[in-house]
Amino acid sequence: MKIDQIRVRMAEYSTGKSPDILVTVGLGSCIGVAIYDRLQKIGGLIHIMLPENKKGLKPAKYADTGIPLVIEKMEELGASRENMVAKMAGGAHMFNGDFNLKVGERNIEAVRQALAKEKIKIIGEDVGENYGRTMEFYTEDGTVIIRSYKNGKKFI
Amino acid sequence: MAGYFNLSNLQKDALREIGNIGAGNAATAFAQFLDCKINMTVPSVEILPMTEVPEVTGGSEQRVIGVLLKVIGEAPGKILLLFSEDSIEHLLALVLDMPIDFQEINEIQVSAIKEIGNILSGSYLNAINQMTGFNLLQTVPAFAHDMAGAILSSSLISLSEESDYALLIETVFINGDHEIEGYFFLIPDPGSLDKILQSLGLDSL
Repeated sequence: MKIDQIRVRMAEYSTGKSPDILVTVGLGSCIGVAIYDRLQKIGGLIHIMLPENKKGLKPAKYADTGIPLVIEKMEELGASRENMVAKMAGGAHMFNGDFNLKVGERNIEAVRQALAKEKIKIIGEDVGENYGRTMEFYTEDGTVIIRSYKNGKKFI
Repeated sequence: MAGYFNLSNLQKDALREIGNIGAGNAATAFAQFLDCKINMTVPSVEILPMTEVPEVTGGSEQRVIGVLLKVIGEAPGKILLLFSEDSIEHLLALVLDMPIDFQEINEIQVSAIKEIGNILSGSYLNAINQMTGFNLLQTVPAFAHDMAGAILSSSLISLSEESDYALLIETVFINGDHEIEGYFFLIPDPGSLDKILQSLGLDSL
């Protein structure tokens, strides 16, 4: 069977069914959120940049508008909310000094809130600190691999 | 704020010219500092979806060295410099007699890299100040050594709060003998673009 590797770009999202692999590259202060229906083996991955969509811009760029959107698209593929769990990675502080008002931390908090609101449990995470991450999400079993120059490969 | 898509060719030319003069100044300062010849590309003014920004230097996951400075004053924004590891190795060899280990770049080397960022952006801003009559200043540089995409996206945060598109004024510095390739990005904050155009008398074209 051909396995599709689906690339999710910044401020975008994608969904897939087992055995698709969803990948997002170069997460800095941004956060990758992988949502998984463990029974149907349906996954969604979003690469958000900011916590709150105050100005009605691109929904997938923000935690508060992006996460409900991914869930909805997964439901269209046959996933059910009660089977969904989530893993998240990113939210780093890439530059020393007081740049960007700690947007990484604000993003982490906003993702937690958005998932809590949808009653989706976070079962794995690799967040914060000061390094970039790439996220590979295997919809076959829900494994997420985080790659970074600092820590190499990590399974969450 | 002017929609990026409404920019006329004349306005784009003016922004490119600002990039040209700024980068020309910076290249001269750079060449003096390094005591070698530095060429630069004609700056490009790119208006692109945020989504595409992490790829502008070729590979989002490639490890690069970044120096980020905040621009404060009448038209605030950011300046971001990105260098490949090879380029930094050549650059540092010109100013420091010390081998570089990319697993652990030492403090002296980080300081030297930040200083290069300071010199380049200082001379760039001087040129903009002369053209616009502004008094733009730069803050202390911040350093990062990581994935290009992670560095670029994190440098665009204030802009992305206001827009799904980014305006980048980009110049590439090249030193033929030493294969130094550096990207210089001027990233105006939301609203700054209008102020720059106004100062040039080009706001209503």
